[in-house]
Amino acid sequence: MSIRDLHPVILTLVTFIPLAGALLLLFLPRRDRDIRVFSLVVSLLAFVASLHLPVHFQRAQPGFQFELDKAWIPTPNIHYHLGVDGVSLWLVVLTTFLTPLCVFISWKSVNERVKEFFILLLVLETALIGVFVSLDLFLFYFFWEATLIPMALLIGMYGHGRRIYAAVKFFLYTMIASMFMLAAILWLYAKTGTFDFVALQKSAVAGQIPDFPGAAGWLFLGFFIAFAVKVPLFPFHTWLPDAHVEAPTAGSVLLAGVLLKMGTYGMLRFDLGLFPAQARANAGWISVLALIGIIYGALVAMIQPNLKKLIAYSSVSHLGFVVLGIFSFTAAGLSGATFIMLAHGVSTGGLFMLAGLLFERRHTYEITEYGGLATPMPVYSATFMMVMLASAGLPLLNGFIGEFLVLSGTFQSRPLFGILGATGVIWSACYLLWLYQRLFFGEVRNPVNAGLLDIDARERTALWPTAVAALVMGVAPLLWLNAINPSTQDLLTPFSQVASEVAGQ
Amino acid sequence: MTLFLLQATPGLPQAADYIRILPEIVLSIFAMAIMVLDPLLDEKTSQRTLGTIGLIGALAALAATLPQAHSPGFAFWSMVKVDAFSVFFHILITSITAVVILVSYEYMATQQIRAGEYYGLILLGAVGMCLMSSAVELVLIFIALEISSISTYILAGFRRRAAISSEASVKYFLLGSFATAFFLYGVALMFGATGSTSISVIAQSLRGGNTSMLAFAGFALMFVGLGFKVAAAPFHIWTPDVYEGSPAPVVALMSTGPKAAVFAVLLRVLFEINAPGRLDLIWVTAALSMTLGNLAALVQHNVKRLLAYSSIAHAGYLLMAYAALPANGIPAVMFYTATYAAMNVGAFAVVSHLAGAGERYVTIEDYAGLGRRSPLLAAALTILLLSLIGIPMTGGFFAKFYVFSAAFQNSLTGLVIIAVLNSAIGAYYYLRLIVVMYMREAQQEIPIAPTPLALHAALAVSIAATLYLGILPGRVLEFASRSAHDLMQ
Repeated sequence: MSIRDLHPVILTLVTFIPLAGALLLLFLPRRDRDIRVFSLVVSLLAFVASLHLPVHFQRAQPGFQFELDKAWIPTPNIHYHLGVDGVSLWLVVLTTFLTPLCVFISWKSVNERVKEFFILLLVLETALIGVFVSLDLFLFYFFWEATLIPMALLIGMYGHGRRIYAAVKFFLYTMIASMFMLAAILWLYAKTGTFDFVALQKSAVAGQIPDFPGAAGWLFLGFFIAFAVKVPLFPFHTWLPDAHVEAPTAGSVLLAGVLLKMGTYGMLRFDLGLFPAQARANAGWISVLALIGIIYGALVAMIQPNLKKLIAYSSVSHLGFVVLGIFSFTAAGLSGATFIMLAHGVSTGGLFMLAGLLFERRHTYEITEYGGLATPMPVYSATFMMVMLASAGLPLLNGFIGEFLVLSGTFQSRPLFGILGATGVIWSACYLLWLYQRLFFGEVRNPVNAGLLDIDARERTALWPTAVAALVMGVAPLLWLNAINPSTQDLLTPFSQVASEVAGQ
Repeated sequence: MTLFLLQATPGLPQAADYIRILPEIVLSIFAMAIMVLDPLLDEKTSQRTLGTIGLIGALAALAATLPQAHSPGFAFWSMVKVDAFSVFFHILITSITAVVILVSYEYMATQQIRAGEYYGLILLGAVGMCLMSSAVELVLIFIALEISSISTYILAGFRRRAAISSEASVKYFLLGSFATAFFLYGVALMFGATGSTSISVIAQSLRGGNTSMLAFAGFALMFVGLGFKVAAAPFHIWTPDVYEGSPAPVVALMSTGPKAAVFAVLLRVLFEINAPGRLDLIWVTAALSMTLGNLAALVQHNVKRLLAYSSIAHAGYLLMAYAALPANGIPAVMFYTATYAAMNVGAFAVVSHLAGAGERYVTIEDYAGLGRRSPLLAAALTILLLSLIGIPMTGGFFAKFYVFSAAFQNSLTGLVIIAVLNSAIGAYYYLRLIVVMYMREAQQEIPIAPTPLALHAALAVSIAATLYLGILPGRVLEFASRSAHDLMQ
């Protein structure tokens, strides 16, 4: 069997390895150590399998690769259709990259109901990967909803004080929003008889869907609301801080690192892919919301007394950049948006792990409880510095590349928005540097902190990959961008077609 | 009326006629056997033996659907019709009966109810339900409806020591008889309008342009009677009280079996007859049922009442399909009843196990910490509740999907929007139960008996069915579509 034979099944493998692991875990005896080691092995296996994708991906080629399309249910006409392009490829790898780190970081902090925890984590991984590889709208919707249950349970069972409130709020917000998407998907199916994304895109561009021009605006909104809540775009963001503050560390890492990207990925793939003209027509107010998100998120982050809430609001701000980039309709903006998704996943994932480690030691996220930590925890401080600077967008680290591309794209389409967006970079430097100063510099004010242990080997294993990834992505972004660019370029083609049609009238 | 039919098609019943009602015959024989054996057996050990006979009877009836399916056609002077449609409901009802008997074993022991006729009545009820699904003559339908109803009235009162159970029985009986009277009155008016009680003759007469006021009134009254049986608003008032008072396994039966049968009757009455004015009636009842059911379920503390209101809501979703075109609506209804039966019987199986002696533990608070105390039961109930919400990969999703899309294709966009909003409301109270099970700790130590083998089997069947319908709905739907084709011939 040659490596080529793997191509059609590799996506199925990557998606379902974690689920298979979770099912096996069900039957494993409740010996916590074995369960942890087993979950680690499974998640590493999924990561190694997923590396097949970037290695064998034909980079210059737009369109979907590693495709598998099999009829599954005759009525409704649902296909098991998987495939990745340059955008989803990296989101899959991001998911498989972060999950083993989540296993590491939860090694000691999860001591109760350990088996259930790792089962939920692995099920969540399968659902997340499924979202990114599905090319059948029904399959996509299934995985989309399937992420909700394990995530809500992770928050609700392993979270902190107000965890039930947070879990239910998270579930209801995203569930109700995705109802609108379901309605739009069903409309498309009722008119075309197919859920297949590629087929739908073709018939939408060719104008073969009956009643499409009248309904497209509503359909666009149906999809958009589901995605906007997930991102979360201002003003739909209020579930996020609650969910993050109460979630266990691994939950926060996957929530910020991957789950939020489902929203921006959906905008890129479905809102732009199926409704290019409507996306363009609505770009104005969406960009305004994105801008408000950038600035508002940053300002709120600045005054947060709670470390996790601060990082949560910084996510609102960063994801605003992604939305701004997507709706700039420029090659640079789209590629930059995709790159920020990855960079934010790595650096914010790292920040949440760092916050979790502090919580394990002191059981509080209040920033005022800390101060002068650089003295007892030098390695921790240095790692924090690196990840924090990546998040702040320092050149040569990964945050910079994406923000630069997005802003340059926005300058091309809407200069004023570009200027306002650029202030976001300054704000993020403000709140992150100020945070760093309050946590690490000066004398140790609280005597309890003087005896804090620095991070041990296991914790380093969890943290350093994110720091290294941040550096490599910042120094050699082309490794990622040369796969992303053809795909985002491809997304823009319908726009030029639409534009020329409009001009020709 | 029977006389009229006898004149129309004279002759004695043939052997094939009996094969066409074989499941009913098998069920009746086993029911009689239980009644006869009951006084002969030692009272202490009789429960298990009689239950086992009942289980064998239900399974034998299930097996009897096979020869039945192989001889389609009319029987007994065209009063009974065997086609894919009626076979579908026979399989469904006998399976429900078998699972309910499995659940009852343990329940009867913990509640210390010693009464052999319990299993006999379940089987007799099943006879009525089965007959309802294959009857094509309104008087026979009425008789079948009575057979099934009278058995369930008695079953509802089986916790004799609990006043609430007797109350449920009496309430169900009084309101139920009232509703049946409505149905009978409707049949009479329909006979007056068309001169026949045979569904096919009525259909022909109505298609011929004869839609008098009388036919409208007759249909409306029949609809009231049937609407009561499926607990559709505004005829739902009895449901929460009766569900709360009746023994949990009986609720599992009566929320699924008679409902499925009555939905089958409704399919014949509404689609085959193509009843006049059905769209408006359905529109209002469906919208009312789901809205009232879901809103009331939001504030319930008792799990049985919660599931009662949820069943009202589900009746509302189901009714939507009756406003669709036959080719989409009929398979949607059939799929939905099957799925609803699978998930609801399973849910009540868990409820009846957890209730304990005297059904003491039935409030939502009693489910706190179930995820820790009994991970298996909690996981089972979670899957069933997720299916009731309509999460993809569970049967509940496709059930809703087929119904909604059938309604949508008949341009009932307004109704579909109401239904979608209702599903969102519904998600909240089912989730509340899941949240309590996993995320809240028990206030007091509530004993959980070890789960017996029969309950494992019952849960395994209902969960397997729920997941099968959710992951590979193709074959069941195809069968349902074929039945729809049979029905509309």
